[in-house]
This record gives sequence, C-alpha cells and structure tokens, in this order.
Amino acid sequence: MAIMTAPAVTTKPTPAPTVSKRGRKLRDNLTGHAFLIGAVVCFALFMWYPMIRGVVMSFQRTRRGETTWVGWDNYTRIIADPSFWVAWKNTFIFTIMALVVGYVLPFFVAILLNEFRHAKGYLRILVYLPVMLPPASALFLFKYYAYDPSDAGLFNAILKFLHLPTSEWMQSPTMTIPAMVIASTWMNMGSAVLIYLASLQNIPGELYEAAELDGAGIWRRIWSVTIPQTRLILALLAMLQIVATMQLFIEPLILANGAGTQDSATSVAYLIYQHGFFQNDLNGAAALGVIMLIVLAAFSAVYVRLTTKQD
Amino acid sequence: MSRTLISQAQLRRGRGKYLYWTLLAVVVAGFTLVFLGPLYWMVTGALKSGQEIAQTPPTLWPQDPQTQNYVDAWNNLDLAKLMFNTFYYAAGAVFFQLVFDTAAAYALSKLRPAFGNVILGLMLATLMIPAMVLIVPQYVTAIDLPIIHVNLLDSPWAIWLPLIANAFNIFLLKRFFDSIPEDLIAAAQVDGASPLRTLWSIILPMSRPILGVVSIFAVTAVWKDFLWPKLVMPSPETRTLSVGIYAFSGGTPQNVVIAASVIAAVPTVIIFLLFQRNIMSGLTTGSLKG
Repeated sequence: MAIMTAPAVTTKPTPAPTVSKRGRKLRDNLTGHAFLIGAVVCFALFMWYPMIRGVVMSFQRTRRGETTWVGWDNYTRIIADPSFWVAWKNTFIFTIMALVVGYVLPFFVAILLNEFRHAKGYLRILVYLPVMLPPASALFLFKYYAYDPSDAGLFNAILKFLHLPTSEWMQSPTMTIPAMVIASTWMNMGSAVLIYLASLQNIPGELYEAAELDGAGIWRRIWSVTIPQTRLILALLAMLQIVATMQLFIEPLILANGAGTQDSATSVAYLIYQHGFFQNDLNGAAALGVIMLIVLAAFSAVYVRLTTKQD
Repeated sequence: MSRTLISQAQLRRGRGKYLYWTLLAVVVAGFTLVFLGPLYWMVTGALKSGQEIAQTPPTLWPQDPQTQNYVDAWNNLDLAKLMFNTFYYAAGAVFFQLVFDTAAAYALSKLRPAFGNVILGLMLATLMIPAMVLIVPQYVTAIDLPIIHVNLLDSPWAIWLPLIANAFNIFLLKRFFDSIPEDLIAAAQVDGASPLRTLWSIILPMSRPILGVVSIFAVTAVWKDFLWPKLVMPSPETRTLSVGIYAFSGGTPQNVVIAASVIAAVPTVIIFLLFQRNIMSGLTTGSLKG
C-alpha cells in the first residue's frame, strides 16, 4: 500500500484520484492478457497440461474405457520388457556416435569455411541444403540408394571402386547405428555449421594476432583462442544436440523399418511409439516418456554442473 | 573483413597462396560431391528404369531417361492432394503463429501485464521438454480436448493449435520488440492510439524481417514434420506429403518412392534458395546473443 501511494505524493498535480488510477491499471492488465490469451490457451492445452497428464497417465491403466490407479505397474512392466534395455543401449550408442561425428565435424567445417575468402556463399548453401529437405525424403534416398546392400548401391559402388570391402548396411546389425549416424549427420549438420560460423565471426582478430606473435601455431591458436572464445555456443549446442539425438525416431522408422535387423535399431522414442500406438498401451508409453524426461533432466543437471564449474 | 585464424598476408604469399587455392578447390569439389551428389543421384535415379537401378556398377547418367516414375508417383500417390494438404497446413500455421505469437510477444514486451514474466518463464520452460516425452499425452489431449470434449483427429486445428505454442518464436519476437524504442510507443499513446493500433501501425511495419523469419520457419516446420501429422491425420485424405509417401512406400516400387520424395522436397528447396539470406540470419540471431 505504501508503495502504491508513494508516487502519488511525488508526481505533480495529477488530479486523477487513486481509484481511477487503479482502474486504469486493471484495464491495462486486462488488455495485456487479452493479447496473451490465444498463445496461453495453446500452451496450456498442448504443453503444460500434457506435461502433467503424462505423469498422471504413467500411474494409471485404461482398459475398455475404465481408468484405474495402478501405482508403479506401468514402470515395472516397461522395465521388465527386454527391448527396454536394448532400446536404451542403442539410443546411448547412437547419441555418443552422433556427438563424436555430428558435433566435432561441424566445428572444424565452420573453422575451415571461415578462413575462405571465396565461394563462401556457395559452400554455406551446400551445407545447409540437406537441413531443408523433408527428413522422410532424405531417408528414402539413403534407404533405397545409398544403403542398398547389393553392389548397385551408391556407397557400395564407391567402396568397390576404391577396392574397399562393401557392407550390408541396414541388414548388418553392427552397421545399423553407424549408418543412421551418417544419415542423421548429413541431414542436420548444416545448422550447427552456420551457428558456429556466426560465433567465429565475433572473435576479435587481435587475439589471433597476439597468439601468433607469441609463436602459437594453427592448432595451438584453435585450442587457446577459438575454443575458449566460442565456449558458450559450444556448450549450448552440445546440450541441444544430445537432447535432439536422444529422441532418435524417424531414422529407425524409415531406414530400418522400425526395429531393424535383430533389434539393432530400436530406440527409446520408437519404443514409445510402439507401445502407444500399436500395442494399445498408452500408459506404458507415458511411463517411458517420464523415464526419458528424467534421464535427460539428470543428464542436463550434470552437464550444467560440469560446464559452469570451469568458470 | 577482420582477421581470422590465419592472417590474410600469409594466404597471399607464395606457399600460403598455393595451399589456399588447393584447399579451396578440394573443399568446393568435396562439398559439391557430399551435399549435392546425393541429390543428383536421387533426381537422376528416379529417371532410371527398374533394371537400370539394379545394375552394377551403377550408371552415372540414366541411359534411357524416362519420366514414368515421376508420373506414376504423381498419379498413384495422389501427390497433388498431399501437396495441397501440406500447403494448406503450412499456410494456416503461418497465419496463426503470426497472429497469436506476435500478439503474445507484444504483450510480454510492451504491455507487460501482471504475471507476464511468470507466463514467459513457463513458456520458455517448454523448450527444455523433449518433444517425444509429450507425444503421448498430447495425442490423448488432441483426441479429446479438455472441457469442450472435441476430437481434433483429421482436423487442421490438430496441426495449427500446437504450433502456436512455440516458445522459440515468442522469444525471438519479444527480443525484437524489446529493441523498438519505448518513446515511439509512448508517442503513439499520447496521440490516442490503442494498443492494437500501436501494434498494427508502428510495431509490425518495423518488424518485417523477423516476421519473415517466423513465417519461413513455420512453413518448413510443417513441411518437415512427420510423427505428429502421422498421428493426428490418420485418414488418406488429410495426410501430409511426408506421411503419405511413407504410408505408400511399402507397396510401391523404390524408384517411384524416390520420385515422390524428390517432388516432396522441391518446395522447401525453392523456399530455401529464395530466402536463404533470411533463413540463415534468422537461424543465427535466434541462437546467438540469447
């Protein structure tokens, strides 16, 4: 109350009494909320409410229209399923491989592109082009042409031309995940490259100048100037990439027809889809979703802890 | 152009110059092969006959190019219908995102109603939640909306409404509006302009670049999306391109599926080539500075 009346004393002769002032404030608030309402309703319906509902559903079971509380049943059933562990194993392997390739490669590509004074626009368009393709289109290209296990396939033809051993690609359980990593990196690395490029352009040239005067070679300059200067973006993109790759779904669905040879492609996201929409087990799928959220949240917490400690 | 990792002078002299041009040539050739090569393979592969595509070693250029696969794809998969659906969903997504997300960003940036920051925080928090985690409860919500009990399956609203809940857009727009000077808004208010009038006549004309970025992202998001449209558009009449091609892929010859994939990719590639500057700047402004 004291705060409300204080300005009224200091402001010069505003004849408006406090009641109408409060009325105006209320009206301003209402106008503000009127502009917000459309977005807020959509967030409530499709983000906030489903978040809570997902957790609630994971403790319920709906059978023939009747919903009952079942405690941890969905979780124990999901975890007892052998494909649960296979899916997590595949997802982790994919995430790590996709990180090693899809995270390091764009950084060096960006450093390389940043040095060129010619053909910059062309190279940038090329790298980003696959990002604009519908993933389904790009994956059919990989499935039918690149990963054709016969010698007529694009990759096998190249390998054969180079006198290297050919591969069965998606039909070989050991090649399934690397093949998905290649396709996924090709489709997605463009955005990382462009974001790195933009952050490289913000590095002051004097820093390189000074490092060079101190006798630092190219690798030393990358290590002591480029990486520290882009550290924030590097950390942010690593996080985003891990969250994105952990949700691996369309690659197994299209490239491996879902589970792949000997379950070599089953991912956690694919398992959610299977349970929810084919095995008539929406509650089990919700439980899997909650587990995935907890794993990612725990991972993010550890990650934030590690990256902020270095400061 | 400021100095980068390697000094310009070093690149202009003798060995440096030689290395620079060799490396540039290698990279240009390599990138063309890696990023354009597969697209070339895709477009020409769909021009080959079934026997030619199974031939070893594969042919670089179709010996007897035939457009039959493209014609088959267009007719058998009813691509005209699928493409119309996808366009329709994309157009609606642009419209509703522009209306509701700009309104929300304007309110959060300039009108600042009570609890505005709490609402913004709750919106931004959704950026942390992986899409796959929400897919099941979102689906359950879409088939039976709370309170009004409406089923959104096969209705375009099932695509439009969730897309309005886009925290990234609201954040992008809000930051842009934040940079518009307060004085301009105050001046308009003194002239008696209502908040809506201020938004329409002052804010929006100044925000064309960012509105363009949001629109392009809306179109590409609808065009690229797969799982959500697959779930909420179950009948063949309402499918999107990607989902339709996937649904037909089982019983269709490979070359026809590839031809359909090429056709499905053409609109986004055209959009990219036309608006590449806006797309690239939007991508980097959205992620940097934040």
